[in-house]
Parts: sequence; C-alpha cells; structure tokens
Amino acid sequence: MEILFNPVRLLLATAKDVLPVLGLLVLFQTLVLKRPIPRPGRIIFGFCLVLLGMACFLGGLDLALFPVGRTMALQLAEGAQSGGRASWISYGWIYLFAFMIGFSTTIAEPALIAVANKAQEASHKSVSSWGLRIAVAIGVAIGITLGTFRIVTGTPLYLYILSGYVVVAVQTLLAPRMIIPLAYDSGGVTTSTVTVPLVAALGLGLASNVPGRSPILDGFGLIAFASLFPIISVLGYAQLAQWMVQRRNQKR
Amino acid sequence: MRPSILTKLIMALGRALLGACRDLAPIITVIALFQILVLHQPFPELLSILAGLGLVIVGLALFVVGLDIGLFPLGETLAEEFARKGSLFWLLLFAFALGFGTTVAEPALIAVTREGARAAAEAGLIENLSASIDRYALGVRLTVALSVGGAIVLGVLRILRGWPLPFLIVGGYILVMLMTLFAPKEIVGLAYDSGGVTTSTVTVPLVAALGVGLARTIRGRDPLTDGFGLIALASLTPMIFVMFYGLVVH
Repeated sequence: MEILFNPVRLLLATAKDVLPVLGLLVLFQTLVLKRPIPRPGRIIFGFCLVLLGMACFLGGLDLALFPVGRTMALQLAEGAQSGGRASWISYGWIYLFAFMIGFSTTIAEPALIAVANKAQEASHKSVSSWGLRIAVAIGVAIGITLGTFRIVTGTPLYLYILSGYVVVAVQTLLAPRMIIPLAYDSGGVTTSTVTVPLVAALGLGLASNVPGRSPILDGFGLIAFASLFPIISVLGYAQLAQWMVQRRNQKR
Repeated sequence: MRPSILTKLIMALGRALLGACRDLAPIITVIALFQILVLHQPFPELLSILAGLGLVIVGLALFVVGLDIGLFPLGETLAEEFARKGSLFWLLLFAFALGFGTTVAEPALIAVTREGARAAAEAGLIENLSASIDRYALGVRLTVALSVGGAIVLGVLRILRGWPLPFLIVGGYILVMLMTLFAPKEIVGLAYDSGGVTTSTVTVPLVAALGVGLARTIRGRDPLTDGFGLIALASLTPMIFVMFYGLVVH
C-alpha cells in the first residue's frame, strides 16, 4: 500500500496557495492604504484555520473519495464498451451516476458554501444559502448528465453551449433583477476542488471507452456544461419563487 | 471577556462540524450506494476511507470558520478602505494583481493546460516535442491569468460606474460564439473548460468579499445586485482569449 497521505507536504502545498494571497492583502493594506490591519491576531488565526482546513479537506479527499470515485467512473465507462443490448442499461447507470455525482460534489464544494453564505448575508436573508446551493447543485447535475450524453452520442459541444446561452439570455430578460449577478456567479464557483477531479475522470474515461470517441476532441467540455447549467437553474429557481409569490398574492 | 470568545469559537466550530456532516452526506451516500449496488464490490481498505472522511469533515468545518473570521473580514476591510481612499489606480492594480496572481499558479489550471497542450500536439497543431508542448501550455496559462486579471479590473470598474452586468455577460457570450466559429476546433473544448477551472477555493471567497465590500461602501450600490458578478466575468473572459490565443498561434 502506498502512502497517499503526507501531512507536511499537503500543508506546504496549501500554504503555497494561501500565503501569496495573504501577502498581497497585507502588502496593499500596509503599504498602499497605509492602514493598520484591524484585529490582526484574529485574522491571522482565521487564515491558519483556512490553511489547516484546506489541507485536511484535500488530504481526506485523496484518501477517501477520489480513489473510489475515479475507479467507479472508469468501471462504469468500461462497462459501456461491452456492446449489444446491454449497453443501453449500462449507459443508463452512467447517466444516473453523472447526475448524482454532479449534485453531491456540488453540495460539498467549499467555494460555493462561501459564496452562498455571503449572498445570504448581503441580501439580508432574502436569498437562502441552502436553497441557492440546492438550485446550483441541480443545475450541475443536469449539466454533467447532458455532458455525458454528448460524449456518448458524439454531438458537437458548441451546439449545446450555444442553446444554453440563448436560454440564459431569455431568462435574463424575465427573471427578477436582484438574482441575476448571483446566478451568473454561481456558474463559475461550482467547479473546483471536489467536482473537477471526479468529473474529469468520468469524461476522459467515457471518451476513451465509447467506440468512435477520441479523448482529445470529446474528453473536454464537461466542466463547461457544469458552469453553464447552474446559471439556468438558479435563474429558474428565482423565477419559480417569484411566480409562486405572485400567485399567492392573486388568491388573496 | 476571554472565556466568552473561546466559547463562541467552540460553538461556531460545533455548528460548522454539523454543517460539514450535512454537506458531505450526499456524496458519501452516492459513492457507497454505487459501490454496493452496481459494482457489487466491498470497500477496499475501509479503515483508511473512514479516516479520510473524518479529515474531510473536520477540514471543511475549519475552512468555513476560518473564512468568517479571517478571509471575509480582511477582504471587506480592504475594499472599504479602497473605496474611501478613492484612488482608482491602486484599486485597479490590486484587482489585477489579485486575479492574475491567484490564477497563474492554480494547480487545476496547470493540469488542464498540460492536458490541452498534449492534445493539441497529438492533433498536429503544434510540434510533438516536449519543449513546444511546454511553451504552448505556458502560453495558454498566461493567457488565462491575464484575462482573469483583466476581468476583475472590468468587474470592479462596473461596480464603481454602475454598468449593468447582463450587457457585459451577454456581450461576452456573443464574442464566445464568434470566436468559436473562427478558432481551431481542437482548442474550443480546452477554452471552454479553462473558464471553469480558474476560480479556486481561496480566490472565490476573497473576490466575493471584495465585490460586496465595494458595493456596500459606495453610495447608491446594492451589495446583492452590484457586489456579485466578478466571478462570472472571470470565468467568461478566459474562454474568449484562449480561443484568440489559438487563433494567433496557429
């Protein structure tokens, strides 16, 4: 058994991510703005928690979820290869897996938790953090499922993205205005630490196993799906909420 | 008042731990279900998996608490002070440095550009030599980092001037579609994906805090409608400029 978990190396790697950002902030605060940092002890403690938390999180993912998730994605993709009638059923499992993995990894995504909490605070709780995250997760789930369908059928990527853009543009005209910037943002934050490795394994595994697909042309693109569809689902969620409020008001 | 701060911290950590369990429950269920029902395989090395899960939960809880007491307040103070000082040059320089600096070293971006360069070499777009593959990957990476830096600058300008976001985004979409028509086919997938991978776990909370802090300080701006949108721009511009890069290089 090889040792996957190396705490010191992980802490160093995370520090390499976090420290330049902290340095940049401190530099501008002290040299450009010439202001002292408010409550420095508390802030440094917070950064230490972020650092330690990210190291534990990434280390734990490598130890527990990624090996199992990757093997599973590859096994499912290989199952798709054994042709004949049975292939339809195995593709069904792949779509189900894509949907569920898209949903569940998004719920666990730390960057989305951060943005959703910020949105709840900035909107004085009229946007619920948990509701927003569920809407985003449903969008990612649909996006990843469609993305695997695209790889299996080999249809061109830009057609899906183009139609997605048209839907977003139409929804932008109709949806409540306060949700629009947040919805656009939720597309970008969904795909990071947890989602990308698992989804990339699924995409590349499928593209190299489905007959007639090349990993070069078809392996990419799943992340693009996962960043487009949450915009649609968050805008849709806001439209639904608005519609329900209007209907309740009409009844009264 | 020391003990009360400590109890507050412990309570916050406890809440965060419960939240982390709830956040991770779906993915644990999915993987366990598929492992048992579909693949009919027992878990290999159950002990290390359980230890890893414990680490993931503790890590997520620490991260969320750390955000609230470290990253968010510092980002917002900085944004407020910039808005008060009123120096546009330094604010925009800071915005660019934040976008460029956090993107250029992003591990996910390095991985994706390397894959993309290898794919381009196999497709015969560039010479299949390790030197030219490295040069191509670095070129794409710098393009992405420059476009993220530019996007944050544009987004900050938008907050200051109060430009409507939908015009910028839909305009960007139209540019993406136009570039898709002209760019080499092999770079399109990579370009689309590079938009998604740029925004990392440390950058996102900080950029959100910057936007909300600016919008809160400037009169006439609303934190919700004006403060968000920076991340959206940062994931849109790389698509345009990576395709542009492909067009120039080939």
